[in-house]
Order: sequence, then structure tokens, then C-alpha cells
Amino acid sequence: MSALSGTTPAAPDPAATGAATPVDPPADAVLDLRDVHRTHGSGPAAVHALRGVSLVVRPGELVAVMGPSGSGKSTLLTLAGGLDSPTAGEVYVEGQPLHALHRRDLARLRRRRIGYIFQNLNLIGGLTAVENVALPLELDGAGVRRARRLAQDALTEVGLMELGDRFPDQLSGGQQQRVAIARALVGERRLVLADEPTGALDSQTGEAVLRLLRRRVDEGAAAVLVTHEARHAGWADRVVFLRDGVTVDSTAPLAGVEALLAGTGR
Amino acid sequence: MSIRHGLLALLERGQMYGYQLRAAFEESTGSTWPLNIGQVYTTLSRLERDGLVRSLPESEAGQRPYEITDAGRADLALWFATPISRTDRPRDELAIKLALALTTPGVDVRAVVQTQRTATMRALQELTRLKYASDRPEDLPWRLVLDAMMFQAEAEVRWLDHCETSLVRHRPPAPGPAPSSEAVGRSGEEARR
Repeated sequence: MSALSGTTPAAPDPAATGAATPVDPPADAVLDLRDVHRTHGSGPAAVHALRGVSLVVRPGELVAVMGPSGSGKSTLLTLAGGLDSPTAGEVYVEGQPLHALHRRDLARLRRRRIGYIFQNLNLIGGLTAVENVALPLELDGAGVRRARRLAQDALTEVGLMELGDRFPDQLSGGQQQRVAIARALVGERRLVLADEPTGALDSQTGEAVLRLLRRRVDEGAAAVLVTHEARHAGWADRVVFLRDGVTVDSTAPLAGVEALLAGTGR
Repeated sequence: MSIRHGLLALLERGQMYGYQLRAAFEESTGSTWPLNIGQVYTTLSRLERDGLVRSLPESEAGQRPYEITDAGRADLALWFATPISRTDRPRDELAIKLALALTTPGVDVRAVVQTQRTATMRALQELTRLKYASDRPEDLPWRLVLDAMMFQAEAEVRWLDHCETSLVRHRPPAPGPAPSSEAVGRSGEEARR
């Protein structure tokens, strides 16, 4: 059932790509992973990082992925973000099959629609905080003034409105983390992918970051959070457990706050 | 904790009658510990018997307020000053269950661990959602109760992760007699293979 990636490099024009929705992905899915495999190397030395994982994330949904080291959770995130291709299986973002996109279109999709918060922050040392945050918008053709204004809004959202002119090495680890988060949330990102996003932060600041992520999701984005911290996964609508490259379990959907409060008698 | 000390703490704020005490108790425990009015009056009469509270004349509406005595204040202060003993807490059924699962033939211990982890994780999600929705200043007592339950759930998940890691490394003892006297020679034999 799983088509090999890269076997259909039909370079579609952007208009057609937007309309084409092959093999009926769930209509409202922002992210749709279908029986995804990822193998590194071959023969007896092959490492099977993912061995057939399917996952659908809809707007307004925050999904946490938990699992021990080597379970495949970070691999899952790089495939979801189009930073790597599956060995087998398919990845759709907003209905677009990543394997069928031209490189240029894939790059545009990544810049416009997907925000990444990775352990390695990847801030550019020669750019100020606001320039770092504005960069993806400018690369995408936004005017400098508009990009800077949106970047400043995003920095304000993470509580760094005063520090936009600082360079990364003039910021604390926690502040750098928040710049990276502002960069992931800036503009109209529909899919936010986070890999241990609170790594460098104390627990209060870490919680503030998760509140930001939660708020963005409640406003209609979709997010995948990879973490080994149960406290962080607690912010999710659904928690998926990976082990040895396969999904072993996931939590049932939650009731709304009103129902939960009724359960406590409040 | 006892209802007794809960009521003493509430009366330290000022005199109250039974229904007020019940409402205040539930408010301050985030409604995680519902009381019935009978429990309140039974506890008040024992506290009065022990000289820790005193009942005051009934109001015109027929409500009898209570106030804390000096002996009650001393008892309350002692309670706040004394840590709660681990042995006062009930069972750890989960730990016992896993220990039994490990030694019972035919039980998939990793599945037992995962089932519990999923359930505990879901409880943690619910608690997080409640805390996220309770951000008014007056919600602080309730948030602290939620925090306590969240830390417990988190600790349980971490412990389950730890159990799983131990299980992965675990090599069940081989059935049959242990060749203890040959232990030294065996390593040489394995090296030859």
C-alpha cells in the first residue's frame, strides 16, 4: 500500500497542487502520516527508525509523541516537516502529498505553513532576534517592514518585546529558546512541530512556552510535540506512545473543561 | 489529613456554623473531598468534647456557630509543624501489581506498564486542562491541589518509564539448577565459542 517516496516527481504547478487531493486524505487533516517507514542504511546494518506509523492531526489539535530514546519520535517529526523523506509510506500536509511536490514547492510549504521548534535552536548569530524571526517571512517574499512588524508581534507574544535588537549571544538560553519559538509561530503557520521545546528553560518559563503553543493550537493551528516529559505531554489533546518505531498506544480523547469540572463538583 | 484539622484551620479564620464549614472545606480542597453535613457535625462534637472548639449560642435563624479554643490553636499549630508520614498513606497497589506481574507466568509486563502509563497520562492531561482553565487569582488554592495531583501523576509516569527501562535490560534467571561452581570456567568456555 505504501508508495515509495520520490518515485512520482511530477512537478505540478502550484495551483494544481493546492487542488489535488489524491487518495482521500481526511478532509480537515493538517498532518496525515500514512504507514510511514524510515530505514537508515541497508542490509544487516539497517536501522529501522520507523516501521509503519500512521498519524492524523487536525486543526485545533495538539498531539504529544512520547517514547524512550531511539523509539523514532524525532524521526517522525522530521518526516512530518518535510525535512526528510520516508523510505515507504506517505506524508500529507494540508492535503498536499510531500513526496509529489517539487523541491521549490516543498520549500515554500515549509516556510509558510510549518513552524519548527527543535532542540538545536539554529538561530543565526549575525542577525538580531527580530531579524531571526523575520527571516522566514522575508525569504518568502514579504516586505521587510511587514516582516519586521509580524516578527515584533511574535516576540511580544513570547514576552521579548524589549529584546528584539539583541543578538543571540546577548540573550540567555531561555530567551534564545523563546526567540526560536517566536520564529516558529510567526505569520500563518498551520502546523507547529516541536521537539523538546522547553529543554533549556526553567519550569515556569517552560510552562509559559507550552501555554503559548496551546493558545496557538486553540486558535486553529495543529501541533506535534515530541517529549519525554509527562508534564509537557499533559498539555496535549492526545498522547501517542512510540516504541521501537511503532505506535504502541494512545490516550483516548478528553472531555471538555465543563465536563471535567462537573466531575470534580466545581 | 483529617477532617478534624481541616475544620480547625477553617475556624482559625473566624467563627462559623456547620454549613459554612462544609462549603469552606470543599472550596479549599478544590471540591476533591466532598463532605456531608453529618460528618461536619460529628467532627465538631468530637472537637468540642476534646476542648479544641467551643459552641456559641444559636443565632435567631437557629444556626449554632463554633469557635476555636487555645487548645485547638495549639493542636492546629502542631499539625502544620509535623510532616505527614509516608506510612500514613494507603498502599501502593500499582507497585505491588507490577512486582506480581513480573513473577507470574504468562503476564506481558510491558503491556501492564503501558496500560497504566496511558491511563495515568490521560489523567495528567485532564489535570493540565483544568489548571489551564483556572487562572483567576482566587483559583490559587484549587491550582495547588491540582498541582499536587499533577506531580503525583508525573512521578508515576516517570517511575513507569524507569520500570520499562529495567524490563528491557532484565534477563530472567534461566530455569534449572544454577551452575554456580562453574561460573569461572563458563566465561572461558563462552570466550572459546
